[in-house]
Amino acid sequence: MTARRTLPVSLAIGGALVALMTAAALLSLVWTPHPFAAIDVANRFQGPSADHWLGTDQLGRDLVSQLMAGARTSVAIAFVAVVLGGSIGTALGLFASAVGGIVEDAVMRLADFSFAFPALLFAIMLAAVFGPSLTNAIVAIAFINIPVFARVSRAAANQVWTREFTLASQVAGRGGFAITVDHILPNIAAPVIVQATIEFAVAILAEAALSYLGLGVQPPAASWGRMLSEAQTLLYLAPQLAIYPGLCIVAAVLGFNLLGDGLRDITDPRLSRRP
Amino acid sequence: MVLFLAKRTVGLLATLLAVSVVVFLVMNVLPGDPVLVILGIDSTPDAQAALREQLGLNAPLADRYVSWIAGVVQGDFGTSHSFGVPVAGLIAERLPLTLALALSATLLTVILALALGVLAGSNHRKPGDWGVMTLSQLGIAIPAFWLSMLLVLLFAVKLRWLPPGGFPGWGDPAAAARALVLPTVALALVQAAVLARVTRSSMLEVLRLDFTRTALATGLSRGRVLWRHVLPNALVPVVTIVGMQFANVVTGTIVIENVFYLPGLGRLIFQAISNRDLLTVQALVLLFAAIVVTANFVVDILYVLIDPRLRGRLA
Repeated sequence: MTARRTLPVSLAIGGALVALMTAAALLSLVWTPHPFAAIDVANRFQGPSADHWLGTDQLGRDLVSQLMAGARTSVAIAFVAVVLGGSIGTALGLFASAVGGIVEDAVMRLADFSFAFPALLFAIMLAAVFGPSLTNAIVAIAFINIPVFARVSRAAANQVWTREFTLASQVAGRGGFAITVDHILPNIAAPVIVQATIEFAVAILAEAALSYLGLGVQPPAASWGRMLSEAQTLLYLAPQLAIYPGLCIVAAVLGFNLLGDGLRDITDPRLSRRP
Repeated sequence: MVLFLAKRTVGLLATLLAVSVVVFLVMNVLPGDPVLVILGIDSTPDAQAALREQLGLNAPLADRYVSWIAGVVQGDFGTSHSFGVPVAGLIAERLPLTLALALSATLLTVILALALGVLAGSNHRKPGDWGVMTLSQLGIAIPAFWLSMLLVLLFAVKLRWLPPGGFPGWGDPAAAARALVLPTVALALVQAAVLARVTRSSMLEVLRLDFTRTALATGLSRGRVLWRHVLPNALVPVVTIVGMQFANVVTGTIVIENVFYLPGLGRLIFQAISNRDLLTVQALVLLFAAIVVTANFVVDILYVLIDPRLRGRLA
């Protein structure tokens, strides 16, 4: 198998979709065609026009502006949740791998156990106790990321711990913490980043579902999931409102999944030629 | 084998117990006062005290847990304060719908995924494979609730073949089945996308093995080799994922029942949240988590039944 210099197709498509979405999200911070929450009842249910590129919704709000603001919500929530859950999970995985023995077993049993609580159930519990909110959604999504990253980082770290340079470092008298920071962490960065990219996609799906159910982003903030739940009651009247937010979710999730696949192909040559 | 079963069963019971503790703690220890959540912060102290007494919140935490879990074990989940009837009755009423939906969706997932996975695996790097993989990549990215809305748009709004939602009750089985078609398809398509990939790559592994070549060399037809020799040997990873997916489907019903207005457990949990009915939420979360844990337990057992080679190692 000759080494290919070209980028994997998945990386190119995924990267483009992710870049597009991030650009829309960033742009919405400074500019949207109209203020995204501006109500203009006189112009509701409009079709696409020069003024409203994709038309307006049941309250006359501009769809393009809402979709852009929705991208911002999705990216922000996914970012906070994945970074939060990923850091805690990776720290736990590194810790388990460095200490080993009973502690490692205990951490991994905890990770297994937490799979009994999917994000949705966790968010439901939090919503029942505190009332639905954005914070609950983030905490729930971050929570399900902890065991995922704990497993990935522990498995990767265990491999690095068997390599000669870590052994040499141990012989030289360095402690577990120092070796973890200096040698293990840089060497497990690739699989952790690949996982983070894929978890971004999972987080975007989770946020959309939670917001759709009313357990996530609260009005007036824009969210693709909430746009869909509002559109559902108008399915007979204005089916087009149910199309665009869904397409955005699919494009974003597809983008992060493809990007993750592509990154894995580049960073882990052993996996890239697998069927 | 008996030892293995016994060990796993003890593990299952311990996990279920731990799940119940976590659910109870999250619902009871987090710094939110259920009384204030139910009555609002403007309520009078007298009303608060009365409700606190009624909910049994004055007893020590450990006592409350023990009396709750003792009831749960005997099928008594307490009384729902918003419905005014036993929670167990609410669950019994709605469980059949949720189970029917989850089981039919899982069945459809497996049928679709095996067909697509075998198609892709046996046409490696041909258009069939490419098509299945592209579809599956798309399927993984589609939220089930949006797929539901698209299905409703097409089959209920445009074609008018199927109802857009609601449930007529089990009295009319044909109508009940019709009401479950779209929710089942919406749940299954997304899961099948994942499972088809797993089936495909597992098939490809087995297709490389010697016995496959031998079977082909003895002159068996390609179809027979694929379905009778390759597929059974490719099933172990598939079963693992089916188990995880059954858990996904069960929690997925929470979303889908709300999309289609189906009166199952998933809708009940949302009614309970908006009514601030903590005891009902607590019972339902425990039930859903228990189903997830039990599904994983069943998968562990199934492995051994499917693959006799594992028996020696486990004994």
